[in-house]
Amino acid sequence: MVVSVEGLTVALPEGADRAFAVEDVTLSVAAGEVLCVVGESGSGKSVTANAVIGLLPDGVEPVAGRIVMDGRDLLTLPDAERRAMRGRDIAMVFQEPMTALNPLMRIGDQISEVFEAHDALSARERRARALTLVEEVGLPDPEKILRAYPFQLSGGQRQRVMIAMALALEPKLLIADEPTTALDVTTQAQILRLVGDLQSKRGMAVLFITHDIGVVAEIADRVTVMRYGRVVEEGQAGQVIAAATHPYTQALIAAVPSLIPPPPRELPVVPPALTVEGLSKTFRSGGGFFAKAREVRAVNDVSFKLRRGETLGIVGESGSGKSTAGRCIVRLMEPDDGSLHLGDADWGALESSALRAERHRVQMVFQDPYASLNPRSRIARILTEGPVANGTSWERALARAQELLEIVGLDSGALDRYPHEFSGGQRQRIGIARALALEPEVLVADEAVSALDVSVQAQVLTLLRDLRDRLNLSLIFITHDLCVAAQVCDRILVMRHGRVVEMGTTAEVFAAPRHEYTRALLDAIPGWSAESPLRRAFAQQAGAAE
Amino acid sequence: MMSFWRRVAQNRGAVIGFALLAVVILVALLAPLLYDQSPWRMVQRPFLPPMAVDGFWFGTDTLGRDIGAGLAYGAQVSLLIGLVSTVVALAIGVPLGAIAGYFGGWLDDALMRFTEFFQTIPSFALAIVIVAILEPSISSIVLAIALVSWPPVARLVRGEFLSLRSREYVQAAVLSGLTPPAIIFRQVLPNTISPIIVLASLMVASAILLESALSFLGLGDPNVVSWGYMIGAGRTVLRQAWWICVFPGVAILLTVLSLNLIGEGLNDAFNPRLARKGR
Repeated sequence: MVVSVEGLTVALPEGADRAFAVEDVTLSVAAGEVLCVVGESGSGKSVTANAVIGLLPDGVEPVAGRIVMDGRDLLTLPDAERRAMRGRDIAMVFQEPMTALNPLMRIGDQISEVFEAHDALSARERRARALTLVEEVGLPDPEKILRAYPFQLSGGQRQRVMIAMALALEPKLLIADEPTTALDVTTQAQILRLVGDLQSKRGMAVLFITHDIGVVAEIADRVTVMRYGRVVEEGQAGQVIAAATHPYTQALIAAVPSLIPPPPRELPVVPPALTVEGLSKTFRSGGGFFAKAREVRAVNDVSFKLRRGETLGIVGESGSGKSTAGRCIVRLMEPDDGSLHLGDADWGALESSALRAERHRVQMVFQDPYASLNPRSRIARILTEGPVANGTSWERALARAQELLEIVGLDSGALDRYPHEFSGGQRQRIGIARALALEPEVLVADEAVSALDVSVQAQVLTLLRDLRDRLNLSLIFITHDLCVAAQVCDRILVMRHGRVVEMGTTAEVFAAPRHEYTRALLDAIPGWSAESPLRRAFAQQAGAAE
Repeated sequence: MMSFWRRVAQNRGAVIGFALLAVVILVALLAPLLYDQSPWRMVQRPFLPPMAVDGFWFGTDTLGRDIGAGLAYGAQVSLLIGLVSTVVALAIGVPLGAIAGYFGGWLDDALMRFTEFFQTIPSFALAIVIVAILEPSISSIVLAIALVSWPPVARLVRGEFLSLRSREYVQAAVLSGLTPPAIIFRQVLPNTISPIIVLASLMVASAILLESALSFLGLGDPNVVSWGYMIGAGRTVLRQAWWICVFPGVAILLTVLSLNLIGEGLNDAFNPRLARKGR
């Protein structure tokens, strides 16, 4: 074993929502092995990783257990020795490649600094090592990369640099804390492959923290499932995924949105609720006396029809223009070109007060459940404000708010409470209720489930599907996650660089993608290769259901 | 709300600040009871040192006026001017900042250039000019102080609005069909209150300092006694009668210090995460 954590208990400061961040956690990683620690937010998976490398925040202290590496208990080592071990024996890759690099230092210097911190090698050797490392993590044009500043690199490239830095001193253990969560799915696939390659080439032990069962299925040898700070299940990855024994693990796996779309719905042929034609939006930035303005065509000639009662998924990676398109459709942004029609009415032509009077016809569910509710308003006000502004009496709006809370699965006691008293999933339900309060003809959900844990995500998806059927909603579902789209959408529109590259029914797009980009997106989703245990598990389920 | 005051109470500086301020307020309120005669009246021989005669703990000034009475009545003036001018400054700065931050564009540019126009003029010089033109009186002093102290408020509120207006709950309000005034007052403004309160408490302190400085230069209201005026009147005899300047000076020091402590304490209480760092 490279490292073994034995009965680790970490206390939280007084006044936290529970006494221990992690309690009696035991796990171990052997050389040449990838151990995935998987769990939802608050499960203590990151605290475990930080305890191993010794980066616990102030006030969060290990109170019991041992972390053994090379026969020594890390928790009892003096600070100086722990510092010396960091980078040399244990290295870490963080989630956010944007903030993990010093923005004012060239990449080459940052990598050299790792050697410098451990007094290793001469200046020239450091440079040479940095070059080979950059090459090893598969960055193009290594010489140029070494001279570049972090802002000149893409998110995936930065994460590769982070990995290069982590590997610099050939550590025995690499800790990766959600290293691909902030990345696009195609980039994620590349980084996962890179980690796998490096690990098998160097025989490192890898402790991989993730919330994504798909990632586990893709790279893990063994898996440890955590919940509320405790280990609930562990074992060989394939075995745990195919036949989980603990009910929580079973629920977690069942909640994973499947890449296999459910059977298509029969939709009546009705006139479209929303017609979008030639929608374009260009962002201009900078530009002055000396600099030429930078232009980005965020949305480029997008056209589609949304039928009444239909759910259309707009799927794409970051920068594909999907959110901009959504914002233009709800008229939070002014499109530069193109037309928007709601039924027969020219929705795109409305201005100021006329627009305000018609706003209720198109509503939006936002991404971030923590930012989308006013922290100083009670739920009652959040839900009634819109209808009252549109001329409903306050009593009727309040009665309707109560109904809506029930529809989204909250009890009416919620009305008197403030947003901070609710969990992320509950807030997202309130956000949905707020959008429904205005009885919109078209609902745009912008990454509405992306910020939620899988099990909560599954609940909210079920709610959206249920509402769609009951209220005959016309829904535009914007997401970066093809699996999520597969679960709720009747049709899917794939965007790239502002353009529509493919549009078709969900079954068509998933079974026989026509555009190579769609194929690349589908292939990149972790955990769904032909022989993956996840695919087998879901195929079995589907078979059993029939 | 309870937990908020508990957080304030944990901050020793803030507690001292509140205690000091309470004493100053109490003295100001009780001034007519403590000293039933006008502070302008000559009641003893001039240059009476402190504690020399019973009932004249702080001594008398060059004309035989009781310094204790001056301190008590001066507290009224200082607090009144500090509070009222801050309220006026908020009344100018908050709406301007809110409009600039919410609407943006050319309106923001115009309002911010206007704000900068005030910021580029040294504020004390501007205050002197305004008081000199309008003739010294409590209202002209309040106006002068308010006119030189609103720009930071406008800047702060604009910054808060700029960051808050792109929040999703504000966008949701736009989609609900709420009018801009409704969004400004009901959605955004309540979320900017805490930094405004902190700034306001510090503004009261600087307003008191400004008023003292104006009075020191002889630009105070001739009908009311003020700490600044007392220092100004005593400065020529500082070497013979230190107490004439020192007591009002200490009063200004303690009052401003208390307000600064309170401001800092409130700031920490509003941002518990920042405050806890480094412990």
